[in-house]
Amino acid sequence: MHSQCLNPDRRTTMGLPELESIARRIRGKLVEMSHKSKAPHLGSSLSCVDILVAAYWAVLRIDPQKPGDPQRDRFILSKGHAASVLFASLAYRGFFPVELLDSYAQPGSCLAEHPGPACAPGVEAATGSLGHGLPLGLGMALAGRLQGLSYRVFALLSDGECNEGSVWEAAMFAPAKGLENIAVIVDFNGWQATGRSREIMALEPLREKWQSFGWNACEVDGHDLEQLVSVMQRVPDGSGKPIAIVAHTVKGKGVSFMEDDNNWHYRIPTQDEVRLAHLELGLL
Amino acid sequence: MRNAFAAELAELASKDTRIVLLSGDIGNRLFDVYKERFAERFFNCGVAEANMTGIAAGMALCGLRPITYTITPFNTIRCLEQIKIDICYHNLPVTIVGVGSGLSYAGLGVTHHSCEDIAFLRALPRMTVICPGDALEVRQALRAALSHEGPVFLRLGKKNEPVVHKQAFNFQIGKAIMVRPGTQVCLLSTGNMLPVAVQAAEELGRQGISAAVASFHTVKPLDEEFLLNTFAQFKAVVTVEEHSIIGGFGSSIAEWQIDHGPQAARLCRVGTADEFLHEAGGQDYARQYFNLTTDSIAKKVRRFLEAPIA
Repeated sequence: MHSQCLNPDRRTTMGLPELESIARRIRGKLVEMSHKSKAPHLGSSLSCVDILVAAYWAVLRIDPQKPGDPQRDRFILSKGHAASVLFASLAYRGFFPVELLDSYAQPGSCLAEHPGPACAPGVEAATGSLGHGLPLGLGMALAGRLQGLSYRVFALLSDGECNEGSVWEAAMFAPAKGLENIAVIVDFNGWQATGRSREIMALEPLREKWQSFGWNACEVDGHDLEQLVSVMQRVPDGSGKPIAIVAHTVKGKGVSFMEDDNNWHYRIPTQDEVRLAHLELGLL
Repeated sequence: MRNAFAAELAELASKDTRIVLLSGDIGNRLFDVYKERFAERFFNCGVAEANMTGIAAGMALCGLRPITYTITPFNTIRCLEQIKIDICYHNLPVTIVGVGSGLSYAGLGVTHHSCEDIAFLRALPRMTVICPGDALEVRQALRAALSHEGPVFLRLGKKNEPVVHKQAFNFQIGKAIMVRPGTQVCLLSTGNMLPVAVQAAEELGRQGISAAVASFHTVKPLDEEFLLNTFAQFKAVVTVEEHSIIGGFGSSIAEWQIDHGPQAARLCRVGTADEFLHEAGGQDYARQYFNLTTDSIAKKVRRFLEAPIA
């Protein structure tokens, strides 16, 4: 997966089975990284693997050899606690050596439990405190417009993150300024750190919320790579509006005994559980 | 100060297309000239300062030089975490311009007082804190801030404050400016208290005490060379600020003094007390309440000089 054949607009030309295979390998890596580092948030990372695979392998106009290219599309992992999936995606996509993932969350490593500023090639922003990524993305999108660059900005938020007021400040801002080179993707797995997200805050109806804030909002199966690619490729969609993608996901997706079990927000897999997970993912 | 800021900004924006002004729904008419000339580089971000701060950081990540502008409490401590993470952690050239600092808008009540902002912002790594002493310093401070490679907080007063500098001066971030000579006591003033500090020094002069005054516009980083000389030359050093004595300019000088061994001079701090002002009344009234007037400062300094050293 290191050397991708890039088409002229710098997206990979991979078919669905290849994308699914990458997603499985990344999931296996995340389970292993959590076990080795004893770093939590595995469920949150597994939840959005397919979104990152769709973005990094089929949607984003990026070149791993030129991570600072002013023309590049920007992907912001606003739900910074899923750092492991960002790091694994960037590594497998060729931004830095896969071996670097072994240092994840180890003392002295550049790869911490939340992404730091420019901590590794391809990391666009430091995140970890929720509600920051979308405002940052709006600034990037406005800068692109001011500088006459046609890049797009994608910000991935968690559903729990939508508790933060700053998300809704940003939600009101973008349509007022006619920003259309930005999309928000909500990884809607229905859980936040300590409970069901809809029981903690009145989150739903989430798509309608974004729609009523002036975004072109849609819902997709957040584990259907074809749907994800298709909807993300439509940014900008010509309507003059920003796009909100509510991606229905399963926390812990891909490992049966982690799926929809919120204990895996914090739990660390044992060696046996890593093996079981790898078995289920067809990696053994 | 704010008119000087708006005028200087329009001038700088004509030379540097990276400059973008973000306003938190404030500055009615103030930016008419700027907006007319650079409409595409002005964004009213509404009453949503956390978002405004994040947007500024996002722009700076893409090579622009944004300014966030609103009343000091709102683009400082209200969105402190955005400043810490989005701006400082990324070490971005964003200039946070707070207007109505200290007690400038005292009449609007405690919600609009800003006597804690220096304490919070100077605690953030990479942050530069500049409190210009008059309109002329505002212009030069803005110029310096916009060419600085990192975060800057520019703490402004309101409008029509007296201009203190009578002659040309050299403004550099982190370099205090001596504005009045003296031999016994040195008043280090930061921000909009400069005219009051000068008047207090004149009053002390009439009472036979020779008081120097410096505009210590940069609270972070401190002008250490200036401090070493001042603490060696004078019997007493007095800090003057329209900010709480907890955590502000005076605190930073006290910290410096502790860290730099025994000094010849004793230190006295003038600032607002650790309390809210619950009464109505404008800046003059609020300054009386907090003993920040010419007379109360002169009196405090005289008593400090007369007090026996334990």
